[in-house]
Amino acid sequence: MGKTMYQKIWDAHLVHEDKATASLIYVDRQLVHEVTSPQAFEGLRISGRKIRCTQKTFATMDHNVPTKSKDLSLASTTSRTQMDQLKKNCDEFGVRCFDLNDEDHGVVHIIGPELGITQPGMVIVCGDSHTATHGAFGALAFGIGTSEVEHVMATQTLQQKTSRTMLININGVLGEGVTPKDVVLYIIGLIGTAGATGYVIEYAGDVITAMSMEGRMTVCNMSIEAGARGGMIAPDEKTFTYLQGRDYAPKGSDWVKAVTYWKTLTSDKDAVFDKVIHIKAEDIRPQVTWGTSPGQVTSVDNVVPDPESFKDPTEKIAAANALRYMDLKPGMKITDIKIDVVFIGSCTNGRIEDLRAASEVIKGRKVAAGVQALIVPGSGRVKRQAEREGLDKIFMAAGCEWRHAGCSMCLAMNDDQLTPGQRCAATSNRNFEGRQGPGGRTHLVSPEMAAAAAVTGQITDIREFLLGKKG
Amino acid sequence: MEAFTTLTGIAAPLDRSNVDTDAIIPKQFLRKIERTGFGKHLFHEWRYLDYEGTKENPDFILNKEPFRKAKILLARDNFGCGSSREHAPWALADFGFRCIIAPSFADIFYNNCIKNGILLVKLKADDVDELFAVSAFGKSGLIAVDLDKQVVGAASKKFSFEIDPFNKECLLKGLDQVGWTLQFSSKIDDFEATMAKDKPWLK
Repeated sequence: MGKTMYQKIWDAHLVHEDKATASLIYVDRQLVHEVTSPQAFEGLRISGRKIRCTQKTFATMDHNVPTKSKDLSLASTTSRTQMDQLKKNCDEFGVRCFDLNDEDHGVVHIIGPELGITQPGMVIVCGDSHTATHGAFGALAFGIGTSEVEHVMATQTLQQKTSRTMLININGVLGEGVTPKDVVLYIIGLIGTAGATGYVIEYAGDVITAMSMEGRMTVCNMSIEAGARGGMIAPDEKTFTYLQGRDYAPKGSDWVKAVTYWKTLTSDKDAVFDKVIHIKAEDIRPQVTWGTSPGQVTSVDNVVPDPESFKDPTEKIAAANALRYMDLKPGMKITDIKIDVVFIGSCTNGRIEDLRAASEVIKGRKVAAGVQALIVPGSGRVKRQAEREGLDKIFMAAGCEWRHAGCSMCLAMNDDQLTPGQRCAATSNRNFEGRQGPGGRTHLVSPEMAAAAAVTGQITDIREFLLGKKG
Repeated sequence: MEAFTTLTGIAAPLDRSNVDTDAIIPKQFLRKIERTGFGKHLFHEWRYLDYEGTKENPDFILNKEPFRKAKILLARDNFGCGSSREHAPWALADFGFRCIIAPSFADIFYNNCIKNGILLVKLKADDVDELFAVSAFGKSGLIAVDLDKQVVGAASKKFSFEIDPFNKECLLKGLDQVGWTLQFSSKIDDFEATMAKDKPWLK
């Protein structure tokens, strides 16, 4: 029987196998940020341990950073303490830190790939649930807690059990205005927010093959929102082309050896997955979340569902709670939802392709009166690239705010926050209660849909917008 | 890590599914660089009426007697979903919770709790319903948990639960997991030596 890509990577990283207790798998790269690491460094200090492989550990500050300016004195005292502490810890333990003033600074899941730190076949971990992003390169990448961060720092391994495997095949051709974000939101809506708990998902099929690396990262990024341990996509020529020449990518004869190895990672034809799901691309329409969980999602041309329409009593209660929090009525058209704020950015949709797509929609138009539109590039590199292409000018001419890189209003740990009752069309990954600011209401959408919402001031069907019927 | 053997206590029922770690501990409290002091911010947005957390919401379960002293939390499906923040179990433990019982838990949250000496018990939804009913009796509705025997007892009923044997051992002994792994240091050395030869680009 053949092996899945997950099994191949697992087998190649098994340091110690013991089915009765725990197996140890080797971690090739650990990415670190300021929020989930201070207690791990402190743990090492208390136990007198060192970081086993400093050259395999990379740090950045992203969750807390101000985006209006790079002046740290503008951040709150507690935020600043955490960022100062990260720098101090990295200096003390010998870790490369892409701090706020580093030109390659950015959101951890954006800079890993763009610096070539992320590579196929690797096991990559980070104290952050969106680590599955790196799975787009054919890596086994997943989020861990702070105790595990400390464990990896000290041992370069993790105690793990094997996960079950799920293959999601998406075949056909995506319709106009349907993006990778819509694909992953559709999947979460279909299988539920716990639909993949205990699984690592492999995404495959025509749609994934045709997708850019940026799009693949968007899909893998939100695997956790379906409960999955990780999400991954087989590496192909597109993956290799993306990586070649990047700062930390293999060079010379190493590159040749690496590519030869990477080509062996693809799941074997006769590999057996624990679960297989088939999706037709034609069934996916632009998606919008209406509730307070990413699984509470529907197509833009639908209406807000009636809680009574859910068979499961728990889902019924959850829907009623969500509608109360979101201040929405059953039966209301999704496109009648008015918004106050637009947030374009995050590790889900803060890459150059996302900004290009949003700028295409917004070009030559104006942000609707009373709407605040924040454009937050995922990294310094994304920002500079966008500025070289003149995207910043397009956004600013339309009335958007062009910010510095950071997590910003995805989780609102810095001062980019919704005020109570404000409603936001966001390209980020979570619509939880209070996620973008206490009392704030979030509708998750694609960058194109967020840009269209900025122009019209309400949730807008990008397909009609593109046909000139709206905006 | 504090060992977990047996526990008898008041159980607070939290009747919501998909409780995410943002709800357990909102981001504005994640800026600390210590592991302690998160308990007062647990479930902040539901527990308090104001942003500063000075006015308690009288309707929230943990603001009602006797649940302020609850050691066991009863929850619904997919508890702990979302962000990987270990601040969530730190806040739960700091409040006084040593055990959470629900039909299902999110993956990263589950691991994080085990590392912090919090026992997570998965029971069938029907059994959790029964425990919710028992918890309504407050002080006279105590729930007892025995990890070694893998049994939850409430009223006259007993519910068995499954747990991974290694997680069980770690909890029972309060094991230092880094220390456990370091006994395999020479295997890690060997692995790295082979990797440096076969996959030099990963060094």
